[in-house]
Amino acid sequence: MAATRVTVADGPALVLAGYEGEPLRSLASYQAAGGYEQLAQARAQDPQQVIGEIIESNLRGRGGAFFPTGRKASFIPTPDKIAKPIYITVNADESEPGTFKDREIMLKVPHRLIEGCLIAAHAIQSRNVYIYIRGEYLAEWESLQGALDEARAAGILGEVDIVIHRGAGAYICGEETALLESLEGKRGQPRSKPPFPAISGVYASPTLINNVESITTIPAVLATGPAEYAKIGAPPDSTGTRLFCLSGNVERPGVYEAPHGITARHLIYDIGGGVPDGRELKAVMMGGSSFPVMTPGDLDTALDANSLGQKGYFIGSGVVTVIDDRSCIVQFALRVAQFYMHESCGKCTPCRVGTRWLVQILRAVENGTAQERDLELLLDVCDRIIGKCLCVLGDSAAMPVASCVTKFREEFRAHLAQGGCPFGGDSTLDHLFAPVDQHAHTPVAQEALS
Amino acid sequence: MSALYDEIQEVRKRYPPGTRSAVLPALRLAQERYGWLSREAIEEVADALELTPAYCFSVASFYDMFHLEPVGRHTVEVCTNVCCGLLGAQQVLEAFEQELGVAPGETTPDGEITLRAVECLGGCSTPTIVAIDHRYRQSVTPADVPTILEELRNGGD
Repeated sequence: MAATRVTVADGPALVLAGYEGEPLRSLASYQAAGGYEQLAQARAQDPQQVIGEIIESNLRGRGGAFFPTGRKASFIPTPDKIAKPIYITVNADESEPGTFKDREIMLKVPHRLIEGCLIAAHAIQSRNVYIYIRGEYLAEWESLQGALDEARAAGILGEVDIVIHRGAGAYICGEETALLESLEGKRGQPRSKPPFPAISGVYASPTLINNVESITTIPAVLATGPAEYAKIGAPPDSTGTRLFCLSGNVERPGVYEAPHGITARHLIYDIGGGVPDGRELKAVMMGGSSFPVMTPGDLDTALDANSLGQKGYFIGSGVVTVIDDRSCIVQFALRVAQFYMHESCGKCTPCRVGTRWLVQILRAVENGTAQERDLELLLDVCDRIIGKCLCVLGDSAAMPVASCVTKFREEFRAHLAQGGCPFGGDSTLDHLFAPVDQHAHTPVAQEALS
Repeated sequence: MSALYDEIQEVRKRYPPGTRSAVLPALRLAQERYGWLSREAIEEVADALELTPAYCFSVASFYDMFHLEPVGRHTVEVCTNVCCGLLGAQQVLEAFEQELGVAPGETTPDGEITLRAVECLGGCSTPTIVAIDHRYRQSVTPADVPTILEELRNGGD
């Protein structure tokens, strides 16, 4: 059983500092690597000063939205302004396809996440932290709970209480307001905003929500010094390092800590060893499955928010999944659409109806029963989803599908011309089963699947 | 009062009074005890939380990990999302189907093993990920399938 490769590829070790093959799970091992020193220093500072340092570093959210972490913390009212408890919720519901970094943080440096939580709690004067971890993460929960128990026994938590709350299998709960609903014991359906969580989050109280990697980076920011941290990577907007998730058809997949601004080509070919078996790179699932796919002509794009944004891409959760020329792009788009159809909570009509439409049309393209006008229909459905729902799940289905249709239109057309898949059953994604099909009980659905 | 009732009262203490936050952990405890969430199990949860059965049922039905129908003593869950799919997840799933003689979503006739296809489990660099009773096995190939099932049938309790 091969373990996930987790390593520092380029630049300084910040999130993974001290990790050299052996997990820093025990309190002693983490403290030997300088652990909890930043917490002690932060607690000696004025909370506003800590927020100021995070703002100065320009640390931005690693969960996908890339929102400035310090500014988000500054939106939380101070206790003298509001007569309610102030909460922190850490989003450990890592479920974006291609993303497997937060999991490694919880397995390798769980105490750094806890230290980050405690520093953030000091900064916004909160005494209540919830870590919402996806229900499937069992070993990760055990690792994190073990670290938390040890930190609590050692008195490190002080007046702060940290509760690890386990989810139960729902991608949508990674959306911040769906996460809050789920944490409150409800179905995980997103809320309409405003009010924003900073004012009315969990239990209608001010709530700071951050991704695991963002929170875990806070001790590293303070240890490096905010001004120095802000010079790393691709300043001024994409500072510091991040954990890139490299997977797919690549020689050396893994979690690589590297500065923002390395190119996709460098990550895939120099760090990752390139595409195996002499195959050609066809596309890259860039940022996660929720975003437009990258085509080979853009491989020299720097992996920072601005460089990617200029070409219509997103850095997302640091996903770089290589797709080689053995894969049918229609099958890729279909499998992605099936995922979002499965995970759509059903609250907003464009997403509830649109994701199913995408699946049905893509299946018709793949089977060769679609017509040219169905390609326009696909783009039209995408257009009617994007920006029209409470949360971005619908957009996340539509953006990759639309990018596949526009960037690989000839391959879509070849399906129509040949009355079926040009790969003739040889694609790596051929007939890939989707969980949503386990719920296909209608005769029509059964026939479509057979 | 039942042992489950007591366990749920313990869990409730983690959350502020008057909130429903203990619903997910309580449903998890019930499922761990009974294997799946029958109507009776959900009523027991509702009673322990002072909520209605319909409310608890509506929450349970939202989440993929809660079983509202009986499942096998063991679960085998194969990730078939794109990253695993690019490197042979479909072949791994088919190997389990063949060895177990059931389709995804079904349970072996002896009630031992439920096979499921699941969405991304977050182990994308070591495909294919298979969760055996919720514990991840990484880099699973079709050739590993008979051994995995043998271990499960012999070692599982």
